[in-house]
This record gives sequence, C-alpha cells and structure tokens, in this order.
Amino acid sequence: MKLLKLVPDDTNIKFLKWRVPFFVVSILLIAASWALVMTKGLNFGVDFAGGQEIRVTFNETAEAPVADMRETVGALEGIGDPVIQRFGAPNEVSIRVKLPPEAEGNPDYADQMTRQITDALKQGHSDLRIDGVDSVSGKVSGEFRNDAVLALLAAMLAVAIYIWIRFEWQFGVGGLFALFHDVSLTLGMFALLQLEFSLQIIAAILAIIGYSLNDTIVVYDRIRENLKKYRKMDEAELLDLSVNETLARTVMTSLTLLVALVPLLLFGPASLFGMVAAITLGIFVGTYSSIYMAAPLLVWMGVTSDSFVPQESEVDKQERIARGQL
Amino acid sequence: MLDFPTWKKVWLWGLTLIAAAAALPSLLSTTSLKWPEFLPDPQVNLGLDLAGGSHILLEADASQVQAQRLENMEETARAAMRNAEPRIRIGDVSTANGQLSFMLDDAADLDRARELMLPVINGSGLVREWDLSVVDGQRMILKPTQDGIETAVAQAMDSATEVVRKRIDALGTREPTIIRQGDTRIVVQVPGLQDPDQLKELLGQTAKLEFKLVDATALPSDLAQGIAPLGSEIFSFAATSDFAGQSVAVKRLGGIRGDSLVNAQQGFDPQTNEAVVNIQFDQQGGARFATLSTENVGRAFAIILDGKVLSTPNFREPILGGSAQISGGFTVETANNLAISLRSGALPVDLSVIEERTVGPDLGADSIKRGLLAMMIGSAAVVALMIASYGRFGVYATIALAFNVLIILGIMAGLNTTLTLPGIAGFVLTIGAAVDANVLINERIREERKRGRRVVAAIENGYKEASRAIYDANVTNFIAGVLLFLFGSGPVRGFAVVLVIGLFTSVFTAVTLTRMWVAGWLRKARPSDINL
Repeated sequence: MKLLKLVPDDTNIKFLKWRVPFFVVSILLIAASWALVMTKGLNFGVDFAGGQEIRVTFNETAEAPVADMRETVGALEGIGDPVIQRFGAPNEVSIRVKLPPEAEGNPDYADQMTRQITDALKQGHSDLRIDGVDSVSGKVSGEFRNDAVLALLAAMLAVAIYIWIRFEWQFGVGGLFALFHDVSLTLGMFALLQLEFSLQIIAAILAIIGYSLNDTIVVYDRIRENLKKYRKMDEAELLDLSVNETLARTVMTSLTLLVALVPLLLFGPASLFGMVAAITLGIFVGTYSSIYMAAPLLVWMGVTSDSFVPQESEVDKQERIARGQL
Repeated sequence: MLDFPTWKKVWLWGLTLIAAAAALPSLLSTTSLKWPEFLPDPQVNLGLDLAGGSHILLEADASQVQAQRLENMEETARAAMRNAEPRIRIGDVSTANGQLSFMLDDAADLDRARELMLPVINGSGLVREWDLSVVDGQRMILKPTQDGIETAVAQAMDSATEVVRKRIDALGTREPTIIRQGDTRIVVQVPGLQDPDQLKELLGQTAKLEFKLVDATALPSDLAQGIAPLGSEIFSFAATSDFAGQSVAVKRLGGIRGDSLVNAQQGFDPQTNEAVVNIQFDQQGGARFATLSTENVGRAFAIILDGKVLSTPNFREPILGGSAQISGGFTVETANNLAISLRSGALPVDLSVIEERTVGPDLGADSIKRGLLAMMIGSAAVVALMIASYGRFGVYATIALAFNVLIILGIMAGLNTTLTLPGIAGFVLTIGAAVDANVLINERIREERKRGRRVVAAIENGYKEASRAIYDANVTNFIAGVLLFLFGSGPVRGFAVVLVIGLFTSVFTAVTLTRMWVAGWLRKARPSDINL
C-alpha cells in the first residue's frame, strides 16, 4: 500500500529567507488587531458585560425574523437597547439586554424583564422555544473579566517560564512573543467579526496557547537538537533545516486537529460555534507563528550552538562506536 | 525500550481495560440496555448545559451578620448589667461604627462591669470574639475582632446553606447541588428544573419573622417624617398588606423572633377565608409569646417579615397554646412559600441572586446529539488520515485513540466529574491532538529510516527522540489547562477537566500502548523493512 505523504521527502523551503517581510507583516497584524480591539471593541456577552441573555429557537421557521424581533423587543418599555443576533443555525437567536441599575439587588426585576420579552415574542410566533436564560450581575461579570485577564496573563507567563527552564531564555522570549501574536490575532478577529466574546472564548484562547506552544516546542526541540549536531552551520540555514524536518509533523498535526474540529463547527451545537471557530483560527495562527515568529526571533536574539552544552545522543554514540570512530 | 516482559504487558492491559470498562455504564445509559446491578456503576454527570436545569449563584450580605451580632451583644450587655446585684446603671448606648459602647453612670462599677462582660466577649470558640476597652474610666467599648467577624460570617453561611438545602428539598426537585463558594456565596444547581421562579422566590425570602409591640405613643406627624420615639424604630408596611405605603413605630427591644418555630402551615382564616400561615412555637418561644401576650392584652403588636410589617393585630387575650396565625394579604401560593420558608428556618442573612443560568432540557438533548455526531465524523476523518498516512502504525494509533476516549470517560465517571457542553469541544480537541504524539513518533521513525537506520533502531530512536517534545508539549498544555480550571467557572471548567485528563491518558495510550503493540509485532514478524 502506498502511504499518503503530505509533505514530500527532502522538502526544503527557505522559510527564513522571508523572515523580515513576514515579521513586519506579523507586527502589523498585531498592531491592527489591537487597533480593532480599541476602536470597534469586543462584543462582550453577558459573562463579561453583565445583563441578560435569552436564547430562543424557532421550531417551525427556517429563518428567524430578527428585524421583526428587534422591533418587538425595542418597543417594550424599560428594556433599553437589545442586541439580537443569530448564532449557529439561522433559526437560533440570542437576545441580549443590559440590566438597569434598579435590578441590582432586586432578583424579581430580571425575571420580569425575561417574561416581558418572551411574552411579547411568543405573541407573534407560537413556535418559539426558550432554550435558556443567562443573567449575570455587574459584580459577577466584573470578577469574570478580572479572572479572564489573570488567567491569560498567568498562562502565557507560566509556559514562557517553563520553556525558559527547559531550553534557554531566548526560547522563552520567542515562545512568549509567538503566544502574544496568537492571542492578539484571535482578539482582533473577534473585534473584526463582532462575534460574541464569552467565557468560552477565554477557554478557547487558553487552548490555543497550549496548542500553539505545542508547535513551537516541537520546532524548538529540533532546533536544539540540530544546534548540538551541526555546530558549524549558519543559523538561518539551521533553523530552515529544523523547520523543514518538522514540517511533515506540523502539517499532519494541524490537519488532524482541523478534521476533528471542522465537523464540530459545521454540525455541532450552536452555542459552541464561537469557541470552536476561535480554536480553528488559532490552529492556523499558531502554526504560522511557530515558524515565522518563534524561529526567526532566535536568530535575532543570537542563539548559537554554544547556548547548549554539547551532548551526544546514546544511539548516535553507539553507532559511532560501531563505525569505529571512537 | 521495546522490551515488554509479560508482567508489564499484563499490568498495562489490566489498567487499560479497567479504565475503559468504567466508561461502559455511562455509555450504556444513553441506550436502552441495562447495566447489571451487582457491578459498580460509575457515571459521568451531565452538566446543566447538557441536562437542562438551573444554576443560581447567591451572595450573602456579610454586613448584616455584623449588625445582627451587635444588636445581640447590646441585648446581652443590657441584660447583664440589669441583672447584676446590685444593678449597674448604664446610659448613652450606641452601636455606631460597628462597635458597641455604653457609659457607666458610676465609674466605681467599672471592675464589676468588666467582670460580667469578660465571659461574654470570649464566646464559645477558641478565638476571642470581641475586644473590650475602657475610655475615660467610664465608657466601655466592645469591638468585634476580625476573627470573631469571620467566625460569625462562616457560621451564618453554614446555617444559610442548610436552610437553602431544606427549602429546595421542600420543592421536591431531584438531586440538587448546594455548595458554599468562597466566603459569602452559595451555588445552587438544580437539574431538570424548567421554571426557576418559585425556587428563586423561596431563596430570596429571608423569612426573618419578628413580633414587636407597636409604640402607640408615636405621633402620626413624626411618623410621616420618619422620626421614631426614643427606644422605637419605624417600619413600613408590606406592599401586600392593607396599609401598604404607611409606616408604624415599634419598640426596638423586647420582641420575639420567629426562629423558634416547630411548624408552619398554609391555611385559611375561618372568618375571612383569606390565605394565612399558621405557626406553632417551640416550648421556649411559646412561653415567651404567652408572657408577651399576657402582659400586653389589648395592645397592638406588629408581625414583621423581613423588615416589612405584614399586619398589626391586637392581643385580644393571652395566647397560651403557643400557636398563632399570620395574615397579610397572602395568596395561597405566597402563603405556601412563606410556610416552607418558616419551616426551614430563617436565613441568618439576606441572599441575593447575582448570577443565574437556566437551560431548557430540549436544547441540552439537542446539543448532545449534535456533539456526538460531530465527534463521530471528526474521529472518522482523523482515523482515515492516520491510516492513510502511516498504514499499520496508523492502525495502532487508531486503536489507541479508541481506548483513549473510553479511558477519559472512565476516569471522568470514576472521579464523578461533570461533562459539559464545552467539555464536548474538549473531547473533540483531544481526539485531534492525542494523535499528535503518534504523528511525532511516526514521522521520526520515517526520518530515522531515511537516514539508513535498521528497523528496530529506527523505531526505538523514533519513540525516544519524539518523547522529549511530547513531554514538553504536554506540560505546557497542562499549565494552560490547570489555569483554566482555576480561573474558569461552571461549564468552562468542564472543558479544562476533559483537556487535562486527556493529556495524561493520551500519553499513556498514544505512547505507551502503541509502543507495546509495535514491540509485539516486531518480535513476531521480525520485518526487515517497514512501510512507513
């Protein structure tokens, strides 16, 4: 049986040749992402903004009458400005409203709002199914915001420190920078598309941090190995060799992750869409960043073979002995 | 490296099969098949977002506990001074600034007063609960210590949790989860509850019932301005009562609290046919109620629930039987809720709902169906890709993957963890990522073969060189997963649980198990070349 080889043997793409333009593009993308986050802002869900979210499904209508709903809910008194969005399937809709200051410490208030909204919507649409209601007070959403920022910062720092301990400080900095790139671009994408930004997205970003670093580590591990093996090789050449040697694995792993995730994106529960979309995007961004951020940074930070105490692998040594070189 | 003695094989297979078998009850429960009853029956719990139900986060107002404690201390101190022999006269009592202070009329009483207060301030526990200081030789100041406040809040939260449990049990819902969280919070999770309104109403009602004498000396003009006579305080009537919008002055001290009830039932007033709550005091409370009513026949008293006056009936005659009737414009439903609340006892603090999530059961079932479908398609694609790329080694990776899924489920069932909607995403992600270890190993073996190593050496080296990167990558993923677990809440935690368990199991299945199988094949077939 002829086996599938996604990356032909002896592939030698000169990745590092284009490192400067790619790096500039990456920096620009990071800057653009943050500019988007600052100007357009993230579309915070109730987890982070507080307020109430009602999720409904129209059982017998193929496409939810969003404009109609916006009018109905907008006309209600004391509801304010509702955010009505489709999520997942076209007949699934989320309705988000802010809680007015009166609602603090008054549990009935939020319930009355829910009932008011659902009653009004049900009048025109008997096939409406209420799937769930989330109601988060300003206090709790504030805590979620703090926790989310803390979790992201702590995760990035902790893994960078781990890499520093396992490799060298340059690798830690390179890995951290690659992660910063991935997190920035994911945030930028959410700001651009105005997808709902919830706790699930933080989970997705943490997963991205884990998997992007996975790639970075595989490349770094090979760089370290090659640095010990080819002590005279030019650095850019050595990095290219390392990236090419691990390319088959990088492509294959990204592909297995994608083929696992895409069905979830297409057929999975609507409420997972944002999360899975973020992780899927993160796989591309993370793979790119391990090649074009993590690796070139090592050249610029002056990693050489002297960065590691030369060490011979046991198998290599025995083969050398067998060949009578010792 | 490729040497697997029999004992090791037995041990690895045993571990694998036991963990995988633990997943069976959970899998069977989705079908109509029955799991034999004599076998242990570990189950993966479904989170509320999959099973449907309500999640409610309650927060207590800790400052109330302190205020209540101060009031109690004031009564205790007054009683101690009054009952001293000879009586110690005090004045200028104040509970401002979170401390109790009072002035002794005669400075000579200081030592005696101190002697009386010492046992009180030490409390029953191991920590000193109050600091006692004396200013100007005559003013005693009792200040709660930090330890004392913390102990009091913790006790109040313990009993609040107990009350919440009793009230939810009274609703007859199945398997509610009630957990203290942090210093002042309680998480309530009730699966399968369609409409959480009654639940929230029950939890929102403190049910602090008080009987206090009406101060008839208060002038209506003063009342309107909110000025209470000395020793009295002003309460407004409840919105449901006949006097909604008005207020009444009641004596601050000397009332009875409704926390000494043995029973409370919804009933009807025989004359007006109005819904009422009949209460029955315990012996001590009954005796005090009897005294209060005997001493005040003909006078009005206020029935106060959670700081609002329900009604102000007169004591027509001494009430000696220890039972009383509470009316105040109830409907049958509100009277019934109040009866439940009174039976389960008053909450020592007000609880307010600060987060609530409700998921309908249809959505959950739909999510599971769609999640499983996506998982199967994804797994099939991963398997196809692995076998097409690595042939025999891909088959090993596939079997390992199947065991991996079973073992994750088995461990989750054994640890009694909860599978949530994001947890399904975690499963899919784990399926995609678990084979990464096999990809790393197989690609490495390919490379080693290309460099001209013999089959056994190539495989041995492949496993060895790849495991370094596998190890490092898993540690970083583990760090991210643990942080997510620590900072995340609710469903998102379920994602972290699957991810972290999956990291451990995938190293076991994708590295250890496949190595065992490959080693077995090498020994048997002794191939001189491999198709990879």
